[in-house]
Amino acid sequence: MTGSPRPGPGAEGGAGPGPGEVSAAIADAHRREWAFVLAATARVAGDFDLAEECVQDAYAAALTAWTRQGVPRNPGAWLTTAARRRAIDAKRRDRVLRAKLPLLIEPDPPVAASAPPGSGQPEGDEDVIPDDRLRLIFTCCHPALAREAQVALTLRLVCGLTTVEIAQAFLVPEPTMAARVTRAKKKISAARIAYRVPAPAELPDRLDAVLTVVHLLYTTGHTAPGGENLVRADLVDRAIGLARMLRALMPDEREAAGLLALILLTDARRATRADAHGRLLLLEAQDRSRWDRAVIAEGTALVPWALRGGRPGRFALQAAIAALHAEAPSYARTDWPQIVALYDALLRVWSSPVVALNRAVAVAMAQGPAAGLAQIGELEADGRLDAYRYLPAAKADLLRRLGRWEAAAQAYRDALALTDNAAEREFLARRLSEVTEAPA
Amino acid sequence: MISMAEYMILIFEDESGYATATEDVLRQVMEAHNRFSEQVAEKGGKVVEGRALQPTATATTIRGDVVTDGPFIETKEAIGGYYLVEARDLDHALEIGKLCPALFGGVEVRPIMVFG
Repeated sequence: MTGSPRPGPGAEGGAGPGPGEVSAAIADAHRREWAFVLAATARVAGDFDLAEECVQDAYAAALTAWTRQGVPRNPGAWLTTAARRRAIDAKRRDRVLRAKLPLLIEPDPPVAASAPPGSGQPEGDEDVIPDDRLRLIFTCCHPALAREAQVALTLRLVCGLTTVEIAQAFLVPEPTMAARVTRAKKKISAARIAYRVPAPAELPDRLDAVLTVVHLLYTTGHTAPGGENLVRADLVDRAIGLARMLRALMPDEREAAGLLALILLTDARRATRADAHGRLLLLEAQDRSRWDRAVIAEGTALVPWALRGGRPGRFALQAAIAALHAEAPSYARTDWPQIVALYDALLRVWSSPVVALNRAVAVAMAQGPAAGLAQIGELEADGRLDAYRYLPAAKADLLRRLGRWEAAAQAYRDALALTDNAAEREFLARRLSEVTEAPA
Repeated sequence: MISMAEYMILIFEDESGYATATEDVLRQVMEAHNRFSEQVAEKGGKVVEGRALQPTATATTIRGDVVTDGPFIETKEAIGGYYLVEARDLDHALEIGKLCPALFGGVEVRPIMVFG
């Protein structure tokens, strides 16, 4: 049933692995292999619900089997084989289980199939398990699904999070999240969203949607929209894992490299974003000696390649900006003119008022606070950032630098009115009291 | 061989666009619709049928037993016509939907429900 599991290191000398070792191996396989196992099982099950059920069963069965026989050398292949057999059995046993509207699976192009690393178990036609992870993530992030549904499906199907965990991460009630996931799955089957990697002509747009979802997961974890913890570490780790997966599976896509670089370069500063009391520290006040230099080196190394050839994409440009920050000896001695130039290029490929706001902050550093303030004024008049808390926060900071205390205080109050995150509120309140106590 | 599925392309447009359009524009729209079926066939799909509707001013609504003048929902952009098409999957249907003329609005693509 389960192939030929090899004894794990703990099984040497005839003794089975300890229960701790097995559950650790299962937790590890859940994190590393879920996407591969689910993606390969969905192809056989023809239905995401059945696939999820079979994969969950396979993980449950692993606990018994691995305790008895040892942890297999390739847990992913073991789990995939077990889950796919369950799917085949379920469909054979009960024809009713055959979905009325099966997942629409396009046949593989030749040579697309590849075995997971180390799966050397010849089992007839199951010996080569195709890597369907890209199909899975492109299906989850199909533009016919709302962005919030794309995010929920990606966490559920690609990362294997439960609905409860996803609901908690996004601060919505669990039934709301469950309904969102169900609706999205129903649309995939009813509208026949095909389980495939998009054709080259549509790939740039479709990839952008996938990268956007992964980046959104990162930023949600990085700065939780509300609540007490500035960093929701699990979402951050999931986003980094997804970015690494996309980079590995699409080595020719510059924007996939750009996204990974951007996330790594931002995350290298994770430990310094708050002080010992959990209070938010801006880039300016962060202890640069505590930035993770190994992570910065990994991210920086990706940037030149991501920028190369043709007009660079928005993730590559943001990564280039993050790299300049990471390499600067101090906030003041950052290459601000170069950062402004990169923001100019970014605005050309991604005309977003948020980008324009970030550019205004860089202009303030390159040319003085008054120049930055003028640009923020234009953005205020534009109106699209009316509910965006970082606009009054940035404005307040520039007014503070100019010594315009009263105007700064009002801008800090405006920012506080828009901010739920406890760490950010604390920071703004501290700055507000500084400017209200400042000498007139 | 992948089987085909049916999708309805509902054309939502601002009727006032047609009311004020020049003869030239109206002729171009007609030509675009005439071309549409051929373009769908070139894409590997098929138009099963397509019709234009009289303007919403001609609509009559029935709720329960009550008959009232006007469309079911008053909106600026109303259904002005439809195409029933065959496509391989949603991406194919959307590719077809993008070709559908809708000068004064847009289209909604809906899968036809299959029973049984």
